[in-house]
Order: sequence, then C-alpha cells, then structure tokens
Amino acid sequence: MLPGILGTKIGMTHLFTEEGKMVPVTVIQAGPVYVTQIKTIERDGYAAVQVGYGDAKEKQLTFPKYGHLKKANVSKNLRTLREFRVDAVDGVELGQEITADIFAPGEEITVTGISKGRGFAGGVKRYHFRGQHMTHGYMTHRRPLSSGATGPQRVFKGTKKPGRMGTDRVTQKGMQVFQVDVERGLILVTGSVPGPNGALVTINKAVR
Amino acid sequence: MANKGAILESVVAGNLKSDLPEFRPGDTVRAHVKVREGGKERIQIFEGLCISIKHGGIAKTIMLRKISNGVGVERTFPVHSPNVAKFEVVRHGRVRRAKLYYIRDKVGKAARIKERR
Repeated sequence: MLPGILGTKIGMTHLFTEEGKMVPVTVIQAGPVYVTQIKTIERDGYAAVQVGYGDAKEKQLTFPKYGHLKKANVSKNLRTLREFRVDAVDGVELGQEITADIFAPGEEITVTGISKGRGFAGGVKRYHFRGQHMTHGYMTHRRPLSSGATGPQRVFKGTKKPGRMGTDRVTQKGMQVFQVDVERGLILVTGSVPGPNGALVTINKAVR
Repeated sequence: MANKGAILESVVAGNLKSDLPEFRPGDTVRAHVKVREGGKERIQIFEGLCISIKHGGIAKTIMLRKISNGVGVERTFPVHSPNVAKFEVVRHGRVRRAKLYYIRDKVGKAARIKERR
C-alpha cells in the first residue's frame, strides 16, 4: 500500500455537510499512478516505490525514460516520476495501477505542491513587515528600512530583504479528505492547497 | 482530462437545490429556516425584502431585510444551504437597481416598493 498519490490541482469550491455547514474544498484529480520501480533495502539501501503520473507525448519522452517505463511494463507515457518512501515493499508490483481509493473520507493528510510565484516581492508581502504610514506626511511607505546596527558594521546573513518569492516546495499539514470520487479519480480535501490550478500536487497520509 | 470548470461544476451539482423559485432584488421572500433547539428541529420563518443577491452557483446568497419591532433586521442566507428548507416569493417588486442598500435610509412611506406584474 502506498502512503500517497500524485495529482493535479483542479480548483476550489465549497460544499455543504449534512449539518448544513459550508466547507471550502480543493478538488484534486488524483492518479491513476503506475508503479515504475521498486527500491529495496538490499539493493538500493532504502525501501521506496517509484510511481509515474500524467500523460506525455511519446516524442516528449527521453530515450532512457522510455526504456525505464518499458522495463516496468507500463504502456502509458508517463510525464512525472516520483518516489514514496515505504516501510515494506510487499504487495506492490511493477506496472501496478494505483487509484484514489487508497484514501477514505475523514482521513488526515498532508498536501505538497509548488507555491505560486510572486516574482520580486518587497518586505511587506514577503515577510509581513509592517511598513510605514501611508499618510500623515510619511515619505516612505513599504520600505524595509534599517538592516542592522552600526556595530557590527555589516548586514547579517539571512537578514530579511526583498527578493524572489514563491515557487517554493510547500507542505500543507493538518488537512482532511472530505470526499473521494473513485470513479473519476477525484479527491476533495478541506481547505486550500499550495500552487496554481493545474499544478502537480502530492497527497500523503499524515504521519503522526 | 475534462475541462477544469466542468469538473468543479459536477462536484457541486449534488449540493445544488433544483426546486428554487425565481426571485430578484425587490421581491419579498419568505425563508423557512431550520432551527435546532435541544435536539429538536423546527422551522422558523423569516420574511423580508430581498435587497441583494450575491455570487453564483453554490455560493449564492440572498440578503433579506425586514423591520422587526421598529428595528431594521437584515439576514443573509446561503441559498443552497440545507439549513434553509425552502424559499417562497410573497410579492414581486419593481426596482431599477441590483442592490437596494438605499432602502436602509428610507423610513415608512418612502421605503415602499411598487409591485411588479
């Protein structure tokens, strides 16, 4: 059994529970993924299952990847390969199809994705600096101001400054599966998920 | 893969109410609200003038305003919420605006709305 699955973020909407509570949900097109390689402690030093997800055109595959998929008995051209660390690899076969049904409603999960790119962002947006007054004669508004003292006469490494923000790997913890549509491979999770719509996300079972 | 918007619509399809009457701002609407008290459930009616309709699809909400004991009361209902058993249109009103917030500043005769036929 795999601890997680790969998917595509479709978008957000909301649904009602039976008690009439409105719940924000993110819809994720999860799987199917195919097992492309099984790594064992004896051979590789650690146990993991490599799976592939997504469609690619045949000409988009590199020749090594083409051979790798062929070896794994996967007839589909998979776009992305990712590994999931497992304790034991029994019960997993090469080429096996894994679908969204490994998740059940109410299950605790974490979702990992690449956050939306914000470009070159200032300190207020990037680090929640408070900024200065917008009015009352202030001539600076959103500047980072002082970056240190006169002694030591240098700026410490890691000082918060404006710069590139976003496109980071973000793991959202404490999320829950709201609904699973096995037929269409949709997983509905409560709350928001990192990244833009259409981006690759990884859903993992929560580790306590 | 199907279009993203179509997937989102199909996900909420089961949560949408199909038996809703057609109402517009200016209409007087009666909302049958389910109220839970001590494990019992009963229906409470809130009747008021629809002064705004916001959002679409499953997020659609309707704001009703009424004068209760001389005090203006406004309540917003999620139209598709299971907590509202049903909506009834009591009277159609003729208005020329989508949001009737101006009615808050009108009292008595000035706050009337003509009937639409």
